Amino acid sequence: MAIKVNKFKCGYCGACVSVCPPGALELVETWIEADDNCTSCGMCAKICPVGAIEVSR
Amino acid sequence: MKDQYDIIVIGAGPGGSIAAKTAAEKGLSVLMIEKRQEIGDPVRCAEGVSKVWLRKHIEPDHRWICADVKGSRIFSPDGSMIEMAEEIAGGEVGYVLERKLFDRALACESAKAGADIMVKTRATGLIIEDGFVKGVKLMHLGEEKQIRSKVVIGADGIESKVGRWAGIDTSLKPRDIETCAQFLMSGTAIDQNYCYFYLGNEIAPSGYIWVFPKGQGLANVGIGILGSKSGKKHAIDYLKEFVGKKYPDAKILEIDVGGVPVSGSIERTIANGLMLVGDAARQSDPITGGGIINAMEAGKMAGEVAFEAISKNDVSTATLGLYEKKWRHKIGMDIDNSLIVKDIFVDFSDKEIDSLAHSLEDVNFSSMSLLDLLYALFKANKKLLWDLRVLFKNVVKYELDFER
Repeated sequence: MAIKVNKFKCGYCGACVSVCPPGALELVETWIEADDNCTSCGMCAKICPVGAIEVSR
Repeated sequence: MKDQYDIIVIGAGPGGSIAAKTAAEKGLSVLMIEKRQEIGDPVRCAEGVSKVWLRKHIEPDHRWICADVKGSRIFSPDGSMIEMAEEIAGGEVGYVLERKLFDRALACESAKAGADIMVKTRATGLIIEDGFVKGVKLMHLGEEKQIRSKVVIGADGIESKVGRWAGIDTSLKPRDIETCAQFLMSGTAIDQNYCYFYLGNEIAPSGYIWVFPKGQGLANVGIGILGSKSGKKHAIDYLKEFVGKKYPDAKILEIDVGGVPVSGSIERTIANGLMLVGDAARQSDPITGGGIINAMEAGKMAGEVAFEAISKNDVSTATLGLYEKKWRHKIGMDIDNSLIVKDIFVDFSDKEIDSLAHSLEDVNFSSMSLLDLLYALFKANKKLLWDLRVLFKNVVKYELDFER
C-alpha cells in the first residue's frame, strides 16, 4: 500500500472510494484509510477533486 | 437500541430517510444509521432541485429553501447565452435548498414515523448467512456491534461499500464520475432569480460550472469535470481560475467537494435481503448530475417493496426484484436517456458547443417544450441527430419525459 492522503487538503467526500478498483479505500467518518488490497493504480489520486492524494509505486 | 430490526437503512441522506420513513409508516421496525456526526454535513451538492418532484415527497418549508428560481441561463464557451424558462429547464432547477437543514428535516420525518436513528455510526460489513444479508456489522464511538435485520437498504452514497460487500460491483471508472468542487460565495452580485451554467473545455473539461443563488446575496459557485479529464489539474484548480477571473472580489464562506456518479444505471441493485438506493445505486442523472429526487423516488419504492417482502416472508431477490423493476421503469429510462446524451456531450469541442448555442440564438425558449427544443437542435445540427439517434428511438418508445 503506497498512497498518501494529505489530511489538510482532503474534504472527505469519498469520491476516491468509489473509483478504487479493489475496494481498498474507506471513508471512515472524516478521514480516508487504505488497506493492503491497494495496488497503487493511482485512480484515486487522478479523480480527487482537491488533489489531496499522492501515490508512489 | 434493539439488536434486531425489520429493516436497517445505511446512510441518512434523502434516499435513506425516505426509505426509513416509508417503511416505518407501514409499521415495520426500522433503524437508520449515519456515519457522520451531523446528518447533512458536510454538503456535497449544488443543492438545486425540481419543485414539482420535491412536493411529491415533502411539503416545501422556507426554513430549508434558500432561493426560488425562475429559469436557467446557459453560456457557451464564446459567451453566447441561452435562457430557458423554468418549465423546460429539465425540472432540475426550481428551488435551491439548504441541504444541511433539508437532510435533517427528512431524517426527522423518519424519526417521527417511528424509525430509530444512530449517528456517528458506521457500517463495517454485512452479516451474510446462507447467501442472505441478515444484518449489519457496525461501529459506534469506537465500539463494534452487530445488529440483525430482515432487509438492509444501502443508501450510503457515492462511497458505498454495501453493494460490494454483497457481491455487486459498484466501482466507477474515471469516465463514470464527475469530480466536483464548490464555493459558497458572498459578493457575486448575480441575479438571484436564475441559475447559471458555463460550458467549455477550457473552464470545465467534459462538465460545467454552475452558479446557483442561495439567497441573501449568496451563491453556490461550483464545478464538475469528468474524472477522466482530471489529473494534472483538479476540479478545485479549475474552480479557483474561474472564480478569480469572474468574481475577483467575492468572498468564500464554505468549500464543498464531492463526486457524482454519471455511469448510468448499473446491472443489479439487489441481492437476497439487500437493496441499494440513490448514489449508492448510481441513480444520479448522468447529464445534470442531479440525484436528490431520484434517490427519494427510489427510497420510497425500496421502503414499499421491503414491506411487501417482509409481509410475504420472502426477502429473496425473487421478491426484491420488484424494486429493481419499479425503479428502472420510473427513473431508469430517464437515466439511460441522459447517459446517451452525456456520452455524446463529453466529447464535444468548444466549437461544437458554440455552434449548438448559435443555432438556438433566435429561439424564444419560454414558449417551447423540451421536445421542441430538441427538435430545434436536431434541425440545425444534422450530426447531432445522427449521434443521438438511439435516444430518439427511446423517445419514440417511451415518450419524452425529462421532467425531473
